[in-house]
Formats: sequence, C-alpha cells, structure tokens
Amino acid sequence: MTSLSNAPTGQPAVTDVHAKVYGDVDHLQAPPVRAEIPAAKQLAWLRDMLLIREFEVRCMQAYQEKKIGGFCHVYIGQEAVAVGCTAAVRHEDPIVTAYRDHGHALARGMDPRHCMAEMFGRIGGCAKGKGGSMHMFDRANNLYGGHGIVGAQTPLGAGLAFACKYMDEVIDGGRNTRVALCFLGDGALNQGAFHEAMNLAGLFDIPVIYVVENNGYSMGTAIARGTTMAHSLVTKAAGYGIDGYVVDGMDVLGVYADMKRIADKCRETSRPAFVDMRTYRFKGHSMSDPRKYRTKEEEDVFEADDPIGRLERQMKASGALTDESFKAMQKSVREQVRECVAWSDASPVPGPEELLTDVFVEPWGPYPGSTQPEMNGGTPNMPGTKTIDVKEDLL
Amino acid sequence: MTAVREIEFRDALREAMSEEMRRDKRVFLLGEEVAQYNGAYKVSRGMLDEFGPRRIIDTPISESGFAGLAIGAAMMGLKPVVEFMSWSFSLVAADPILNNAPKMLYMSGGQFGCPVVFRGNDGAGGQLGSTHSWCVEGLYSNVPGVKIAIPSNPYDAKGLLKSSIRGDDPVFFLESERMLGNKGHVPEEEYVIPFGQAKVLREGTDCTVASWGRPVHFCMDAAEELAKQGISCEVIDLRTVRPLDIGTVVRSVRKTSTCVVVDQSWSFGSPGSELASQVHRHCFDDLDNYVHRVHTADVPTPYATNLEQDYLPNARRIAEAIRSATYNL
Repeated sequence: MTSLSNAPTGQPAVTDVHAKVYGDVDHLQAPPVRAEIPAAKQLAWLRDMLLIREFEVRCMQAYQEKKIGGFCHVYIGQEAVAVGCTAAVRHEDPIVTAYRDHGHALARGMDPRHCMAEMFGRIGGCAKGKGGSMHMFDRANNLYGGHGIVGAQTPLGAGLAFACKYMDEVIDGGRNTRVALCFLGDGALNQGAFHEAMNLAGLFDIPVIYVVENNGYSMGTAIARGTTMAHSLVTKAAGYGIDGYVVDGMDVLGVYADMKRIADKCRETSRPAFVDMRTYRFKGHSMSDPRKYRTKEEEDVFEADDPIGRLERQMKASGALTDESFKAMQKSVREQVRECVAWSDASPVPGPEELLTDVFVEPWGPYPGSTQPEMNGGTPNMPGTKTIDVKEDLL
Repeated sequence: MTAVREIEFRDALREAMSEEMRRDKRVFLLGEEVAQYNGAYKVSRGMLDEFGPRRIIDTPISESGFAGLAIGAAMMGLKPVVEFMSWSFSLVAADPILNNAPKMLYMSGGQFGCPVVFRGNDGAGGQLGSTHSWCVEGLYSNVPGVKIAIPSNPYDAKGLLKSSIRGDDPVFFLESERMLGNKGHVPEEEYVIPFGQAKVLREGTDCTVASWGRPVHFCMDAAEELAKQGISCEVIDLRTVRPLDIGTVVRSVRKTSTCVVVDQSWSFGSPGSELASQVHRHCFDDLDNYVHRVHTADVPTPYATNLEQDYLPNARRIAEAIRSATYNL
C-alpha cells in the first residue's frame, strides 16, 4: 500500500466506527504531506461541493414531488471525491463514472440546469430527457457517462485512455499525456468486467485511473460481507501489476493533492493506477433505501466529518473564509439551484418525434438520425426533419 | 477479357479490413489470436506484418473487457473492429455489446455514437456442440440500435464489411466458419455494399424463398432441385437483417403469392418470425398460403453428424416447406 498523504487537520478522532467500515484506518493516521493550495482554488472547491450538496437536496425534494422518476442516487457525503479528483486532472482528460453521477457531472462543469432538467425528463436535459439520473453525458466537458450497470464503465474507462494514447501516438505520431478517470463504487470490485479491465489496463499500459469510491456499502451489503481483502483493496491492484493508493476521500484538499500526484505519475509512465478512495454516503443507496443495515451512531460519526464542514473549518482556520463569506456563498448556491429547478420546470418535455431520434447516427427507415442537445448548441426536435410513421415506412 | 478473380470468404474479409485500415488510421483490429497467431481462422493473416502491433492487437480471453474497451475507444471517435473467435463467446460480453454499444447514442441524447464493428463466426455445422454453435441473430436482432449483417458469399462479405467500418453506428457482422473457405468472385476494384439492400439471387414465379447467411446456399440447392419438378423459386438473400429490406421480399411475394422464410436461428422470436410477420401484414391479400418457416430445430445443437445435419435448415427441409407452401405435396 502506498499512502501519499493524509490530513488530520480539523478532522474528528479516528474511531472504532471508521475501523469497522473500512477494515483499516492507516490512511487516516498517516501524517499530512501537502503542497500549499491557493485560497482561490479552495474557495472554488468549497462552492462546488456546496453546489453538489444543495443540488442533491433539491433532487431528493423533487423526487418526493415526483418530478424525478425511476432510480435516483444522490452523492451527499462524497462531494470531496468528485470535486478533488476532477480538479486534479485536466479538462481534456476523459471521465466516466457509474450511476451515482450527478456530482461528477457538476464537478466536471455541466450546467446544473441541464443535469436537473435531464432528471425531470425535459428536452433541456443533457440527453434531452432520454437518459435520466443514471446517465449523465457531457461531450463538451469530456464526461462519457453515467452508466447504470455496476462495473460496466470499467472496460469503457480503459477504452477512453486507450483511445487517447492511440490518437496521440498511432495517428498523430506524438506522445500521449492524457489520462482517463474511471470512477466506480466498491460494489463494482466484484464484477468480472472490472477485473478484465484491470488486466487489460495493466497488460496494455493504459493510463486509466480507477477511483473506487469506497463508501463501505454496495447497496445494503457492508464491504467485508461481499468483498475479499476489504481492509486492503490495493492488493487487488497488485495482482494486476497496478500501483494502488489509499486516499481519504472526505478531505478535498488531500484528494486533490494525492490525485494530482497519481495522475502526474500515470501521465509520465503511461501506466494505470488504482485508488481506494475512502468515503461515505450520508443518504441511502437510492431514494427508497431505509438504511436498516447500519446504525445511527455510525452515520453520526461520518456526518460529523462532513467534507464540506472539514474544508470550511480548515479555511476559517487559515483565514481564507469568514462566517459572512461562507453564508454569502451558501446563499448564492441556494439561489443558483432554485433557479435551476425553475429552469427545469419550464423546459418542455421532449416532443414525440424525439422517440425515434438518436437510435442511429445514419438515418434509415423510421430513424431520422441524431442531433445534439441544447446544452451543446444543438437544436432538439430536429426542425425540418420529416417524421416518418414507423408503421408506414416498412414499404 | 480478364479472368474473373475468385478469392476465399476469409480473404474478402481481410481485404475489407486492410483496405479500410489503409484508408483510415482510426481503424484498428483487436481480438483473440488476431495478431501473432494470424487469426484463429486465418482471417487476419499477414495483417500484423503490415500494420504492426499498435493496430492489430492480440487480447487475452476476456470478451467483456476488450469489447468494452473497444466501445470506450469508439465513443472517443476511433473505429475498432473487434473479432470474436466465435459469436458464441460474445455471450460473456453481453453487457457491453447489448447494453452499451446500441444504446450509447440514445442515452446520451445524440452526444456519443459508437462506431464499432463486432465480427466473427456464427452458426452451427462444424460439430462444435451446443455451446459453440450459437446463431446469435435470434437474440441480438431483438435489440434496437445495432445493424446486423449476415453475408452469404465473399463479394457481399467484403462490400458489407467495408460499409460497416465506414459507418457511424455499431454493427454486428456475422460470418460462418463453414463458409470461410468458400470461393467467390471479388473484383479488384473497390466497392461498398449499403445495408438494407436485399439481392435476388434467382428469379422465379411460384414461391419466394427469403434467407440470409449460410442457409442461402441451402435455399439455392432446394430451388435447383425443385426446378426439375417444375416449381419455380425466387431466392432472395436479405444480406442484412437490421435494416431488413422488406420491400424486396414484398414485391416478390406479390408476384409469387407464396413465401418460405429460412433462418438458421431458433424459431421462437427470431429474424425469421419477424420477417414472416411483416410479410403476412403487407401481403395479407396476396398470399395463397401462410408463410412457411424453416429454422434450426428448437433444441440445443447436437454433436452427432446426422443429428446436427437434421437440426440445420437444410435443403431437404427447405424443399419440403416450399412444396407445402405451394400445395405441391
């Protein structure tokens, strides 16, 4: 195991509860090793985390109001992971994730209006209302989904990094410096696709970073009940010849610092990496989860170590934040999310012609082809395109 | 007059891939034994020498992993060709090939297409037993968002594979290990064959016989035999089942008034049942008999030679169906 840094700053004492959830707590006890991070960056990340938190609270509310349907998995508690990781890589580095994806979309730069409208099933959504909560895609921001099947995104992540390398080296004759970030939950560790992807990444020198958002539970199953070597997940990476790291995912500054170093090393060596990112989801697996598999006491311990609260305390201690400036930030985030809900409410539902678009790129038969969503400057509803009646088009 | 060039089916496939790889650097081939071994069935023979290991890539036996890798690469704009040694092995890659490739464009609201070609051997006939004899078109044609080509001869194989690689949508390209050594005319000049265009292989007046892939040859054998008995068959090779060129079949049935559909996949919920259903709908007033269907038997593929031959939609069973459909029993 390689533990790059750890930061007890402003963090509650490590408890038996931490040990119970993660199996080991070495990552919480290692001394902090961290470069100075400018206050402006810290402020931006604080706001990003607040935005995700407020956005998710509004999502839960909208779900209760039945504006959002289907499955909805909120990111509350894990904000430091998406924010710290995306800050640590370059915008050109592709990112792919699983179904708890709103946080990654917002951290990557998706306008929250398009994210919310997608969940509302509106044409203004990032996928014109065709993808839903679990399938956030953003071409302009190099976000390659939002994938609903556990572990499905792991071979895709290898493919994204493979493509970066192929394009820059085989096609352009240069040297690739991009890495791909592939997020997965700890539950995905037990899917075959993940192990195949790790083997391929190790074998082919693919610069993909697998970030396991280890929140201790795959749905209602505590990690040790479903995963061998739960206390030392990095041993799985070792089996594939891939460097493994343990990072405290509740500390955005630490996440950034560690991930920056890991990403730099992957760029340099063109090799994959595996990160056991220790985090915790404060809410249930999905909206229908009563959380009977864990205790209130355990939740209280982690909620006391809220990643937003931790950064807030750290910044106030360093003088980068005041009570007033924090309150102003909270207010501006609340207003932004309120506006985003109103915008999504006002966005029309996709027209019936959208049923048949985006099935194929090349038009044929009943399928008129595809268009970009409004978010990417496209014109949804394909004005001028003849809508073909499926039944009559067969001849 | 120059001699007509005849090459094997496997050579036609290789020519298609090599020509497209010379034309477009985004195209690469990956799969089990495609590089150093020169292809389990020698389809990719010599390609490693020409294109090198960065573009002709040996993978471990890891279908879910490398199919998913190809899909990720395709989302970024590359054009992977994935060889499945057998489509039977694609079942362990069901999630990437069915849940990712065909749905990516739709789920992303038009943002990410998936221009990947999956190709390999499909179908029974080589005494490979039940697990290795899948006709996956029965399963996979059910899924919207993929195009499916099932060529019956080297000429079509080359032209269809080239258009598959050039296209922007995911393609399942189904070959047959039983046909890889078949020779046929393939001109030196470049050509592509668009999807969704059936070919009338034999004109006739009494019965329309529609098929695709290897059973097309059995249909031609049956038509030849029946011609001696005065039954004139029109044999149509659909070439692609998605898109399905229903128009060509309907025009033929309106002429012949009878139709036999021959499909080497199982009968329940198959491209054959879909085609028959569409013919019934469009030719309700033209048909003199219900559309007859010949499929593989509705059992797991047997190993014994005699049982496997009986299991297939062979010429004998096709001829029986044609006689029945045309009231010539």
